[in-house]
Amino acid sequence: MTDYQEYLGFLYSALASQNKKNIELTESTHLVADIGLSSLEVMEFIEKIEDHFDITIPLNILPDVNTIGELAKKVRELNP
Amino acid sequence: MLFDKFQTMADFQAELAEREVVPFGAVTEQILSSTEGVVEGRRVILAGTNNYMGLSFDPRCIAAAQAAAARWGTGTTGSRLANGSFAEHEALEQEIAQFYAVGHAIVFSTGYAATMGMCSTLAGPGDVILLDADSHASIYAGVKLSDADIIRYKHNDPDDLAKRMRRLGDRAGQALIIAEGIYSMLGDVAPLKEIAAVKREYGGYLLVDEAHSMGVLGDTGRGAAQAAGVEADVDFTVGTFSKSLGSIGGYCVSQHPELEAIRFCIKAYIFTASSSPSIIASTREALRIIVSEPERRRRVWDNASRLYDGLKALGLPVGPTASPVVAVEMVDRSRTIDCWKALMEAGVYVNLVIPPASPSSNFLLRNSVSAAHSNEQIDTIISAYADLKAAGLFEPAQAA
Ligand SMILES: Cc1ncc(COP(=O)(O)O)c(C=O)c1O
Repeated sequence: MTDYQEYLGFLYSALASQNKKNIELTESTHLVADIGLSSLEVMEFIEKIEDHFDITIPLNILPDVNTIGELAKKVRELNP
Repeated sequence: MLFDKFQTMADFQAELAEREVVPFGAVTEQILSSTEGVVEGRRVILAGTNNYMGLSFDPRCIAAAQAAAARWGTGTTGSRLANGSFAEHEALEQEIAQFYAVGHAIVFSTGYAATMGMCSTLAGPGDVILLDADSHASIYAGVKLSDADIIRYKHNDPDDLAKRMRRLGDRAGQALIIAEGIYSMLGDVAPLKEIAAVKREYGGYLLVDEAHSMGVLGDTGRGAAQAAGVEADVDFTVGTFSKSLGSIGGYCVSQHPELEAIRFCIKAYIFTASSSPSIIASTREALRIIVSEPERRRRVWDNASRLYDGLKALGLPVGPTASPVVAVEMVDRSRTIDCWKALMEAGVYVNLVIPPASPSSNFLLRNSVSAAHSNEQIDTIISAYADLKAAGLFEPAQAA
């Protein structure tokens, strides 16, 4: 079982290579507006998380997820 | 502002207008045959249609449509659920079910409605859909409407599908897996044998969209599942009448008797008028023709190989194998537009495809062949590309 902090930690490290503007990553960092991920990069990022934790993240949750913190929370919810 | 999101498209249209090209919605002023027309004032070979069997101008189909219009009128003015089910519609449903050797069929007003309607209705909240990442817009639209959990698997990658089915655990047994037969943009064929094997291992239901493969693949033209020998594993086959059958409309066939109840739950079936009887009549005739004239299938593949081999020999970036859809992939948008325009000037009318209609960030010159193209027409297409190449249009573009 994985807790919120662990998901968060992984999200930070997984985003490091895609953080081209080198901004500071926090729970409230916006994946698209702040980091500037394209829709393709979002998909690649989601896949990294899926493969790392061997879980499923359905596409339909994405409209409700904007920030790193929201994503960690959602992933945690989906995999209790 | 409400209109802000359309600005990118407006800018693109302005750019095209400035360069005097009309790749989207170019007007066909005259149709001379199923492979030739007059488009924007120029006589051209139609090299971007989906008229795979070359039936859009078949005299038998035209006569059937004319007779049906005289007998049944121009339109049904109603839904299949209400006053819009004529004997023609019922007959076509029986014939398409017979063609697929299954018990049940639904005829829709368009292929888009068939695919979108089935994908949005079969799965609902709490269900799971697994779709190929390069799925057609009608599939994406449908699954979004379904409110099911949506999972994409990598394009044509059964191992990735298997991994995702495994992760679903108990839910896999109820999952709906969606694949296409031939993918419309690059012409690549789905590995349905392997996809069916994944379904057999994990359970679930399989829906295959044979829009571009019906008529084209399989011993009797039923599509990619027939060619792969896995029809028994396919729960729902959807397809269209607008490509190999040269008319318009869509279908879903299934061996499941539940299709008869599903029919009346599909909004894209209930809340739209049924096809004109003339369209149904020409479709019925076209279906008879593709059954009785299997040589059309051989002809379309001969043309596919001829075009594919010709473009490949020029060193153009075409896909890994020949198919009735032969796409030349380009990185640079401006170059692609130049090529499209030059082809048009050479009398060859192909499709210009831009993301997101193309499956990557690349641009496509999408060529497609028909059983009705002559060898000479295919050679004209190839030589038009050769001229473009000689003119340096396929060289990597200079950075501005
Ligand atoms: C895979 C696929 N499904 C559905 C459709 C929709 O068919 P139609 O254009 O006949 O509505 C198309 C083609 O446009 C397609 O390529």
